[in-house]
Amino acid sequence: MKKIINSPGDVVPEMIDGLVRAYPQYVERIPGTEAVVRSNKSSMDGKVGIVSGGGSGHEPAHPGFVGKGMLSAAVAGQVFTSPTPDQIYEAIKAVNTGRGVFLVIKNYSGDVMNFDMASDMAELDDIPVKSIIVDDDIAVENSLYTQGRRGVAGTVLMHKLVGAAADQGASLEEIEELANKALPHISTIAVALSAATVPEVGKPGFELADDEIEYGVGIHSEPGYRREKIKTSHELAEELVSKIDRELKLDATHRYAILVNGMGATPLMEQYVFSHDLLDELATRKIKPAFMKVGNYMTSIDMAGISLTIFDLIDEKWLDYLNYPVETIAW
Amino acid sequence: MITAEIVDKWMKLFYSKISEQKAYLSELDTPIGDGDHGNNMMRGMQGVEDSLDKLSNPDLKTILKTVAMALISKVGGAAGPLYGTAFLEMAKNCEKTQAPAELFKLALEGIKKRGGATTGDKTMIDVWAPAVAALETDSLSVEKIEAAAAGTKDLVAKKGRASYLGERSVGHLDPGAVSSQYLFESFIEAGGIE
Repeated sequence: MKKIINSPGDVVPEMIDGLVRAYPQYVERIPGTEAVVRSNKSSMDGKVGIVSGGGSGHEPAHPGFVGKGMLSAAVAGQVFTSPTPDQIYEAIKAVNTGRGVFLVIKNYSGDVMNFDMASDMAELDDIPVKSIIVDDDIAVENSLYTQGRRGVAGTVLMHKLVGAAADQGASLEEIEELANKALPHISTIAVALSAATVPEVGKPGFELADDEIEYGVGIHSEPGYRREKIKTSHELAEELVSKIDRELKLDATHRYAILVNGMGATPLMEQYVFSHDLLDELATRKIKPAFMKVGNYMTSIDMAGISLTIFDLIDEKWLDYLNYPVETIAW
Repeated sequence: MITAEIVDKWMKLFYSKISEQKAYLSELDTPIGDGDHGNNMMRGMQGVEDSLDKLSNPDLKTILKTVAMALISKVGGAAGPLYGTAFLEMAKNCEKTQAPAELFKLALEGIKKRGGATTGDKTMIDVWAPAVAALETDSLSVEKIEAAAAGTKDLVAKKGRASYLGERSVGHLDPGAVSSQYLFESFIEAGGIE
């Protein structure tokens, strides 16, 4: 394992320290925690607080999206491990200005349980808390017999949506309604070229041969749905779009937002090559995105690969929310 | 009868087993999870030991609650809330009863409620449920616990990250079941069922 670190056990606190010291204009650490909160406190006055977070290793998610117009605070757990309830609870308290706090949770059993315990703690303090559990990864079939679909890169679009609504003064109930309405219209699918190495583990989470790829891998190296020989960017675009098409039923009369997300080790050069093929593929379906982002938003440490998120903007306001200005490190 | 002395001894024994098996637990977690169960439990048990060191002559409720809070705040992932909830349930109920069968049963109910899993889902419950049943008939033994943990190998995972593998999870032990095996073994070694 080659990594620029001091010791595997110190990665998270040192990363948070570096982040808040590099960007004091946006974020600061909540004392005694691995959570960061907006440094522009007055931007939270009279607004519903938005808290997200999860295991570390997905940077810039989640602290990179903290700032006016997006998240109020983000809680960082150990690498690929949910943060603990006490830390989430501190974040909730730090951002509550009286109108309640909305939690954006990715659908992993650990995250769901820890955020759930933190909500219980906040309720004891009479802080109203509501939440959305994001499950945009269509690689996993929804079933009673599994944990269900995972929360992946589409979560960042959810952050943007609820963050913009909160900044414009929406109530906790309105934000919950918005999140519930938007969620089924956000679909993500990934392809991995190599696995991530968790610093404390020291070796990759799975093995892929030099000429192999795997479709549908999760952001913690969870297994995907198919392995095969490496394909061209053009063929990858076809596969990923057709998979999402089966879910969202792409329609040339609809407006779509697109997020091409690098998983950590894939250069932007390749992400733009893929975007070229993706836009061609969408054009054959007469679809021209109304909004698009390309880059590293929800990474998986040093995994090579990309994910594609398509968001069907069935409500006109959603595009305005995506375009709403923010003051963050990474949006 | 569970006493504060037994819990103290129990946690020391559990800590030493987790330290010895840290790499093994993470290795079990790699094919069907995310490879960090040993590290997370190790961090949690270090937290438990640090917190217990600060107590002097605690009563049973205090020591159980201290264990729970240390696990909840240090482990993270799914194991933190699940083990933490188990000890929190014992702390909440230990003034009414100190019988292991009753306290572990309440703890098991807490785990089921928190995680939404049930017997046969290839989770820690597949060790906890037979262990509680054995406690109720005074027949808990190291062999029974080992057999219960080993039994998770043949199950299809229905909860947590391993559930994404479906049938492919068969053939792997559940790491949470194995750490639970160590927990019950430590309990027996600490004199919990004597």
